[in-house]
Amino acid sequence: MDLRGWLRSKMVLLVLGLLAFACGKKEDGSGPIKIGHFASMTGAQATFGISTDRAIQLAIKERNAKGGVKGRMIEVKTIDDAGKQSEAATAVTRLINDYGAVAILGEVASSLSLAGGPIAQKSKIPMISPSSTNPDVTSIGDYVSRVCFLDDFQGWVVAKFAFENLKAKKAAILYDQAQAYSSALGKFFEQSWKEMGGEITVKAAYTGGNLEISSQLQQLAGSESDVIFLPGYYSDAATIIRKAREQGIKAVFIGGDGWDSEELHKIAGNALDGNYFANHYSPLEDRPEVKNFVEKYRAEYKAEPDGLAALGYDAALLLFDAMDRAKSLAGPDLRDAINSTKNFTGVTGTFSIDAKRNAKKSAVIIEIKDGKQRIAARVEKK
Amino acid sequence: MSDLLQTTINTLALGGLYALIALGYTLVYGILRFINFAHSDVVAWGGWIAFTVASALGFLTGGGGVLAMMVVLLITMALCAALGVTIERLAYRPLRKAPRLNVLITAIGVSLFLQNVGLLDRLFGTRPTTIVPVLPNTVLVELGSVPIRIYDVLTIFLAVGLVFALERLVYRTKMGRAMRAVSFDERIAALMGVNVNVVVSVTFAIGSALAAAGGILFALRNDLRLTADSTWVLLGLKAFVAAVVGGIGNVRGAAAGALLIAFVEVFVHFWITKLFAGTEWVGQLQDVYVFVILIVVLLWKPSGLFGKSTVEKV
Repeated sequence: MDLRGWLRSKMVLLVLGLLAFACGKKEDGSGPIKIGHFASMTGAQATFGISTDRAIQLAIKERNAKGGVKGRMIEVKTIDDAGKQSEAATAVTRLINDYGAVAILGEVASSLSLAGGPIAQKSKIPMISPSSTNPDVTSIGDYVSRVCFLDDFQGWVVAKFAFENLKAKKAAILYDQAQAYSSALGKFFEQSWKEMGGEITVKAAYTGGNLEISSQLQQLAGSESDVIFLPGYYSDAATIIRKAREQGIKAVFIGGDGWDSEELHKIAGNALDGNYFANHYSPLEDRPEVKNFVEKYRAEYKAEPDGLAALGYDAALLLFDAMDRAKSLAGPDLRDAINSTKNFTGVTGTFSIDAKRNAKKSAVIIEIKDGKQRIAARVEKK
Repeated sequence: MSDLLQTTINTLALGGLYALIALGYTLVYGILRFINFAHSDVVAWGGWIAFTVASALGFLTGGGGVLAMMVVLLITMALCAALGVTIERLAYRPLRKAPRLNVLITAIGVSLFLQNVGLLDRLFGTRPTTIVPVLPNTVLVELGSVPIRIYDVLTIFLAVGLVFALERLVYRTKMGRAMRAVSFDERIAALMGVNVNVVVSVTFAIGSALAAAGGILFALRNDLRLTADSTWVLLGLKAFVAAVVGGIGNVRGAAAGALLIAFVEVFVHFWITKLFAGTEWVGQLQDVYVFVILIVVLLWKPSGLFGKSTVEKV
């Protein structure tokens, strides 16, 4: 064998070795357990990703301090999708193929879970969404589950509160037509509202980010509604409420869990007073799990944990619990363990993963008064 | 009746906002015959620079009022003018003799550069915020039952004032004559002793200063979005459509186009949804109506509403 032939054979080996290395980061039972997290760490819903990520890091830190899972440490890699659908799909692909994640946590926004979920399903890697509430998310397939309630429930909760507690009769809806979460939640609210005997005055749409909506606001102003349901995300909702108050709209605004961010208060200021939104939990609840979590989170980050943080924490804990029970960390085994979770107690309540891989949960209604949040009502799961 | 008044005011205010931005597109196109895709990013930077200036001067905590707003406006316009001149000097001037496609692609590159540099934590960061405390949107006067608010008045006055100032500049001053000469024929203008580089720099300075004004007004009305957010791109796109509809390269055309686009987006949208109340999709197509108008106008007048007479060009 001459030198060139020898070099060539070595090159072939090297390339094969690199290829094997590139694809070979698969779970092999040694080293740290790798979890992937895709989230909007930047962009218009940045606080969603940041809160969730902080809570996941906290959960992992605590678990590793107790010796990890199956005697191995846990490691997480977070990829920022900037709140964009195209980036979300790429992020999941990278987490599975490049990083070698055995499970995926994410996303908050339903549109992004709908973009990333099919990739996890195809790769047979379980994905747990902490807080995507759109019903379609878990119908992607048996590898996708969630730990939050669904929008049909949330729509009903908001309608029930507005109808029974606020004694409202006429409601208007203003939803973001570019978000699966917002348009579906709007529909569920409308359905429940009509069943209860309420009247829908106006149903108007905007496109998230495009807030030159004086025409829509004027329609709302002329509708003489008691309440306006605004199932959008916080950065849009904050501006819309501020502008609506400036236009002289007096109706009470109610929103969903998409409002949950400290940024909502920063942008809308005192225009928020007297409005309500539904959420998964409140840091003000006095259940021991909540108190414990809030204390630890505050000590770690010097910030108040919002609903997204609580759900991120629960998603991580549920995943560890399933890993403990699973025969191995291979996709199908881990999937079966997650899907058979029963009576799991987390920060956001006690729940089971049902046949459709959803969680039945209770909700709280938060009232905003003098810039502060207060629990206005608690609606039990149905 | 009050609905009619309200929609009219909203149309005028939004039209003014679009006009400020459309003028930048139309000026640059008039002189250099290329579309400056980075213009919408200068608008976004205008909003964010205003925020930075206002917080540095302490207007965001203590409040400020109209005077503070004017200070912020002038500083921001000056900074954005400098930004525009720098962009032209570094990115476009070396390509002055290159095929136009090269400049166009460079403009897209500059746009992406501005978007992503703006996202750096040391600059503007990745969280939406508000500059409303500088000048809260108070009611100035009430006409019937319709409150007239300070942002609307400010937008309309700024737009009308600046459009008139620009008209005067272009048609009544020596610099304006030089601009028109360069627009007509760059080479012959240079032979006649016009300093083309200075004219182009001035054009970019004016266009970017107007963009800054547009950016601030947009940020006041809608709070600040991230520099890399589609909001700014859409805003720029609509202003660009306004410039094209009016006849790109024409100052009055840009203003008229902006009014037409705002008219469709606010006035037409409001009344059409009211007419078809209960049919949800009619209201959902707001942005579609804007672009339908573009197609209709271009089919009827391919060079835009005011685009025919070349003498009128800047």
